Amino acid sequence: MKGYLPRKALKSGGVYFLPLLLPVFLSSSGFAGELSGNISLEGRYFNHQGAFADQQKNGGLSLSLLPEYKHQWDNDHKKFTFTPFFRWDQHDKERTHGDIRQLDYLASKGDWEYQVGISKVYWGVTESQHLVDIINQTDGVEGIDGEDKLGQPMVRLSRITDNGSLDLFVLPYFRERTFAGKKGRFRAPFIVDNNATTYESSRKEKHVDYAVRFQETVGDADIGVHYFTGTSRDPVLNPIINNSIPVGLQAHYPLITQVGIDLQYTGEDTIWKLEAISRNFEDKKLDDYSAVVAGFEHSLPGFESGAELSLLAEYHHDSRGEVPQAAFQNDLFVGARFALNDEASTDLLAGAFIDLDNNTQSMRLEASRRIGKGLKLNLEGQVFTNVDDKDPLNAFQKDDYIQVELQKYF
Amino acid sequence: MLLKTKLTLSLVVLLAASSFSSAYARAETPEQKGLRIAKEGDAKDTGFGDFTANMVMTLKNRAGKSSRRIIRIKTLEGKGDGDKSLSLFDEPQDVKGTKMLTFSHGLKPDDQWLYLPALKRVKRINSRNKSGPFMGSEFSFEDLGSQEVEKYKYKFLREEPCGNGWKCYVIERKPAYKYSGYSKQIAWIDTKEYRPVKIMFYDRKNALLKTLQTSGYKQYLGKYWRPSVMNMVNKQTGKSTMLQWSNYKFRTGLTSRDFNKKALAR
Repeated sequence: MKGYLPRKALKSGGVYFLPLLLPVFLSSSGFAGELSGNISLEGRYFNHQGAFADQQKNGGLSLSLLPEYKHQWDNDHKKFTFTPFFRWDQHDKERTHGDIRQLDYLASKGDWEYQVGISKVYWGVTESQHLVDIINQTDGVEGIDGEDKLGQPMVRLSRITDNGSLDLFVLPYFRERTFAGKKGRFRAPFIVDNNATTYESSRKEKHVDYAVRFQETVGDADIGVHYFTGTSRDPVLNPIINNSIPVGLQAHYPLITQVGIDLQYTGEDTIWKLEAISRNFEDKKLDDYSAVVAGFEHSLPGFESGAELSLLAEYHHDSRGEVPQAAFQNDLFVGARFALNDEASTDLLAGAFIDLDNNTQSMRLEASRRIGKGLKLNLEGQVFTNVDDKDPLNAFQKDDYIQVELQKYF
Repeated sequence: MLLKTKLTLSLVVLLAASSFSSAYARAETPEQKGLRIAKEGDAKDTGFGDFTANMVMTLKNRAGKSSRRIIRIKTLEGKGDGDKSLSLFDEPQDVKGTKMLTFSHGLKPDDQWLYLPALKRVKRINSRNKSGPFMGSEFSFEDLGSQEVEKYKYKFLREEPCGNGWKCYVIERKPAYKYSGYSKQIAWIDTKEYRPVKIMFYDRKNALLKTLQTSGYKQYLGKYWRPSVMNMVNKQTGKSTMLQWSNYKFRTGLTSRDFNKKALAR
């Protein structure tokens, strides 16, 4: 398996930075760090048999471990963090994987801040899609919402201003996306062959990517703009043909330049959000495109119990139209978020994606609550209905699922 | 996670008020007197610069079952505007690492950003539900928000003894901001040092909702009074929440750079 076992991640990112991190260890006053984290047991149930041969039948169990070692000193102006991650999956050996989510050193002094090591950053404001969030690769086997990311080797330098900041990123090593294996769900009819990965850059994963981000708060508005140049985090998946029969998929990572903007206006009842990108490919055979997601979240008056309900709607557009890479070419997301604000922090998010071109629908539910001390119960499910043959979600149409996860925090 | 917070020492500052200036006594209406007391209390707490403190919040239900939250607070005094504050959550463990940044204002809604450590996401949130419970406790966001003088309309009611051999001014405060959960609050403030001793909160139907009692005051830098215990009892549900403050440190050298949106992700 050419996944992301800790060994490989260490080889890719860790070793790069170890010499840089070493002086930090030595100079920090003592090792009074703290260890925390969680261990999670997850059960998934699929009520349909898989659409493709070899796929797991009705789901199974998975166990994951996410410890975090943190050491902060100098009035919290210096920080060392180490967060390894490991998951074992009963069926899918590609989902059994490890990663170094974070192994970095961060220092801030006055108007300046810098970070070196493997880390994660988040950009963006919308809820149903994360268009501008380009720094970290998606850990695709973790979940279908794309919110789990792989640790990214980086050097970041930030200049902090009165109401914002300017960030410069140097990204010296590329992480390949993770894909489900033979027995996995949420995959195409063919498996992505991790040994067949190709890059447009002759330096392959060692191509150095750069990014700049500027963000500013102006009254009730938060604005972010970014520029990225380097290897795209989104691969082009091409069929691998053997004796004129497709036998698998090959991930190809092209070179891109991208500009993007994220905007949020926070009104007292209603929050307005927008993310937009324009992406240009070095390879002229690939079509440049732009995409946008925009919408709002409206808070209704609170209930007497203290519970609150808010309504969300976000519209998605992608200039490429209905192509495999663009699931949200003309789609609408509508949803509701319900927070009980009780002692157990019970909350619930339910929503539906509707393709306005072909009427493909997908409904999603996420809920969580704390149980006693140090335990958390998470519930998640999604159903795909009325899936059009040409919609990118077509491959998932037999993957309706419900997932229960119990997390123990330590 | 929809956790929302708003933590500033606020309650303390807010209630500060009183000191009876007899020169104006006859000319003043009860409203003018109430406002003057609030302003004097506010003035008495200005100049602290910055402070940090630790807070343990103990929630108790009617059956006596309790749960705990641990939060560290950093506050920077505002110049010409409200205070800035950063709340760092240590417990419950599933929200460990969550942070909340608040820029408080007068009548204008506070600016507030939440940092979610699992996603490393900084999210600006609105203040629509300021009357909602803070982390499932009997304190609402508005109880814990920075208490700027302009947030209320005041009315002086009377003067009476209020325990410890202290004498208190009793003041009625009506929220002047939108979306408050209260029709009014009655506050007891000691006449000597402007320390809030007790507040009674009345719901929108004007029924008594909660009572807050504040005790264990200590003075810092020879000037600024801070409590060590704040006990909020919900008279309608029987639930209660106790805040225990410790490790107050003043003038620690915090600057506005420590309250930048960027600082949340540190």
